[in-house]
Amino acid sequence: MSNLKLIAVLLATLSLTACGGSDTIPDPDPTDTVYDDSASGADTGGYDDGSMGEGEFFEDDLSGGELTNIIYFEFDSSELRDDDQELVSRHAMQLANNPSATVRLEGHADERGSREYNIGLGERRSQTVRRMLLIQGATSSQIQTVSFGEERPAALGSSEEDYSLNRRVEIKYIN
Amino acid sequence: MLKKLLIATSLLLMAQANAEITIQITEGGAKRTPVAVVPFGWEGQSSDAPLDVSALISADLYRSGRFDPLPEGDMLQKPTTGADIDFDDWSILGVEAVVVGKVMQTGANAYMVQFQLFDPLRQTQLVAYRMPASRGTIRHVSHRLADMIYEKLTGIKGVFATKVAFVTAERNSSGSVYRLVVADQDGENENVVMESKDPIMSPAWSPDSRRLAYVSFEGNKSSIWVQTLRTGNRINVSSKPGINGAPSFSPDGRKLAITLGGVDGNLDIYVLDINAREFKRLTTNRAIDTEGSWSPDGKHIYFTSDRSGGPQIYRMSANGGTPERVTFEGSYNARPRLSEDGKKLAMVHNDRGNYRIAVMDLARKDLLVLSTGNQDESPSFAPNSDILIYATRTGRNGVLESVSADGLIRQKLESGQGDVREPVWSPFPRF
Repeated sequence: MSNLKLIAVLLATLSLTACGGSDTIPDPDPTDTVYDDSASGADTGGYDDGSMGEGEFFEDDLSGGELTNIIYFEFDSSELRDDDQELVSRHAMQLANNPSATVRLEGHADERGSREYNIGLGERRSQTVRRMLLIQGATSSQIQTVSFGEERPAALGSSEEDYSLNRRVEIKYIN
Repeated sequence: MLKKLLIATSLLLMAQANAEITIQITEGGAKRTPVAVVPFGWEGQSSDAPLDVSALISADLYRSGRFDPLPEGDMLQKPTTGADIDFDDWSILGVEAVVVGKVMQTGANAYMVQFQLFDPLRQTQLVAYRMPASRGTIRHVSHRLADMIYEKLTGIKGVFATKVAFVTAERNSSGSVYRLVVADQDGENENVVMESKDPIMSPAWSPDSRRLAYVSFEGNKSSIWVQTLRTGNRINVSSKPGINGAPSFSPDGRKLAITLGGVDGNLDIYVLDINAREFKRLTTNRAIDTEGSWSPDGKHIYFTSDRSGGPQIYRMSANGGTPERVTFEGSYNARPRLSEDGKKLAMVHNDRGNYRIAVMDLARKDLLVLSTGNQDESPSFAPNSDILIYATRTGRNGVLESVSADGLIRQKLESGQGDVREPVWSPFPRF
């Protein structure tokens, strides 16, 4: 569900980029990826005057177009790992390019220790991601945070590996 | 939406599960006193009394870990009033206390339950008491009588007539179901008071035992609710942006200590006046400040803070002000809960890598580790300050255990309900 929405947002981003990358063109509907104005009835002619658009660097997303939306953390830490900095940057770009997109950052902790304190640890992780998104162009109205602490584990066991899968922030696009 | 939820909760209030908790005593380090609870007499229209009161009292006394009730087959006589007791028949069996009594029908659904407690060695009556009951109340009345017997014999108030609230989580193919459950202290009479597909956390009793505050994640955000148990009606008392958590009632029942995180996620302790809906901020530290809990005299709030690095327990005036650190032993102390007599502080304590329940004597400042698991949490004192209940693990599931404050008597409360967590012991019932 959220993956589908993510793809839709991505496609919207790509379609904006494809029509010149100008940020002055309002997107009538970010989920509407095909814009067809042939229904106006008018038909105009034109010719090639040899002018060129501006070139730009692009990144080839080798993962197939969809951004990973789970970020994992070390034990007792709310610091982003180096590998995840770029991932968060790309989510920030996505939000900056789509002012109507909003995300919910869901922070989680492993099961060790007290439940309400773990809510605090999960929130700290959400806030790390939130600050990174804000610094890189997302606006605060696009971001909600919630911490589930240890209440919604991704892995049910009690091994170190399970714990490492549970210390996470999930970035969920909610419209 | 709210109305729908209200209907759902009130329907659930009526859905009474079969007793799914069975209690098993795993350690009985204390010496058990031999007692006799003689089968009660019955004076009524039908063939049997509405409840086997003496069996319930006997089970209560046995479960406390402090008494060893004599089997019925070993009794030489079965008197139902004090006048019929032959004290020699009991002292020869080494019994140190004898309970006799009867249930008398006084109306279509009205009964009088009476008991007398004797010391057969001194041949004296220690107490005689009777209470009216109906079919609906006779179980509770019988627990109250057991409480009186327990207090007379030990000097400690009984808690057989109290309740325990806890949260269960069950996973199935379509997701998770979280339930907030209230049961009698002996595991009977289970009632689901709230059910949700989103997590439920941190139940807290009001001082009059009539309401529960709790945290719900319905709608994928946290909010604090206060629910009246009798009606199932509930009110949303806090749904600020960010974290709404860790409610704890003030001793007068008018306020809640809560944790708010705000948009920036800086968890601090607030006091919420429930009726006026006024929030007063008590801490401002950048650290995590959470799990506020009132001292029984209402003057202080104990809370968890990691302002010194790891989580430790602090204490401040209930009006705010500079907190003082309370715990210094070990790298992790969290979730403070005071005993009702104000003398003991229970917490989750990291004991050489294991998260265990520890109790600090506030006068002597020494810490006693009471549990033996590696993932123990959520300690809560019984209102007699003598027993604690907490959650531990068996395999992947959370189960409940109780332990006497001296660590000698331990009970495991088995439940068929998947993962059980966050037990909280009710205050004494009020009438």
